[in-house]
Amino acid sequence: MSHADAHPDFLRHHFHTPKQQFEAGKLGMWLFLATEVLLFGGLFCGYAVWRGNHPEMFKYGSQFLETKWGAINTAVLITSSLTMAAAVTAAQRDNRRALVTLLSLTLAGALVFLGIKYIEYSHKFHEGWFPGMKFYEKPDLQHAKTWDHSKPIIGNEPFTAAAGATGQASQSAAPTRGGPEAEPSTVALAAIGPAGLRPGALEPPQPAHDDHAEAHTTHPLQDPQRPRNAHMFFNIYFMMTGLHGLHVLGGVLLLSWLIIGAVKGRFSAQYFTPVDLGGLYWHVVDLIWIFLFPLFYLI
Amino acid sequence: MTTESPDNPPSSHGVGHIVPIKTLVATGLALLVFTLITVWAAKIDLGDLNIWIALAIAALKATLVVLFFMHLRYDRPFNGIIFVTSLAFVALFISFALTDTKEYAPDVDTGNAPRVVEALDELQQ
Repeated sequence: MSHADAHPDFLRHHFHTPKQQFEAGKLGMWLFLATEVLLFGGLFCGYAVWRGNHPEMFKYGSQFLETKWGAINTAVLITSSLTMAAAVTAAQRDNRRALVTLLSLTLAGALVFLGIKYIEYSHKFHEGWFPGMKFYEKPDLQHAKTWDHSKPIIGNEPFTAAAGATGQASQSAAPTRGGPEAEPSTVALAAIGPAGLRPGALEPPQPAHDDHAEAHTTHPLQDPQRPRNAHMFFNIYFMMTGLHGLHVLGGVLLLSWLIIGAVKGRFSAQYFTPVDLGGLYWHVVDLIWIFLFPLFYLI
Repeated sequence: MTTESPDNPPSSHGVGHIVPIKTLVATGLALLVFTLITVWAAKIDLGDLNIWIALAIAALKATLVVLFFMHLRYDRPFNGIIFVTSLAFVALFISFALTDTKEYAPDVDTGNAPRVVEALDELQQ
């Protein structure tokens, strides 16, 4: 076969040269990385929308994350990205010993990251913060907090189901008009007006509400500072860091496979495509964490 | 190994571009320094500015990773185009979603919906 020289073992028959094969593989990898960006992009979009509407939720929630662990993990991932990039250089220079060492260091970084994540997660699981439902207030409790059913809501008239339905609560005859079945509604009023303001929203809080707030402190985690929807912070945190953690786990498998290949001497200056593409994947995992760290731990 | 192919000029080492270890270490150190800066910057309360500073530093770090660790500075431009396009679509997605943010006031609990808090402050003055 005339192409025997031009076609080493690693070169697939549908490629002309190792370079062409390498570039084709790399193009495919970048396309895959683009889909990874889009996958995480959806989650970042969810983060942006929730943060835009409820910034206080994130400021409150980030107190429950330890900046120390987040910062150490950032340093760990950056260092393992560095050793990964150096491993590619070692492969390109045909330095097998350096390649195995650098890949092993990268794997060690991945395992340290997962170990720290385990410490963080297990603490949160232990506290019952997964997936944040301990911070979730059931709707009836929510209404009890801001909605005093025993007090009239509109003016001085008792709020009745009938009055609420017709919207005529200002009639002085309201108490008798409702009939015997009329009783205080347990259904919250629909939002009215262009801004969706609830009746009575513009009035300063009534002293009567304090009694309810006091009663709520007996409930675990009834922190008066806790904003409504605080549980959503933990939902978003576990979703985003969890998906990232799965990617790190995938990286562990990938790196183990690369180390085995490197020990067996499958890679050379002419053929290091798996090392290079595995490196690209590992750097994207690092990239995503570079954004997750400040968004959850710092601000 | 043949060198006569136009895809594989003799001047090239062969496959891919070799980034020197020195460059990689410098990039890694810069990334660690920026991590320290972002942790430090977050401790200063600058209000709404904090998130933008943190995001700017993160974007800078991401750029360093992509250009040097991921070889995009030396790579064929087409790979970069793919990556930047994916980022552009994410930006489009997020910015369109954000046009709808803060526009509703489903509830009036203070602290929940920023627009309503502002409206209440104006009304009470």
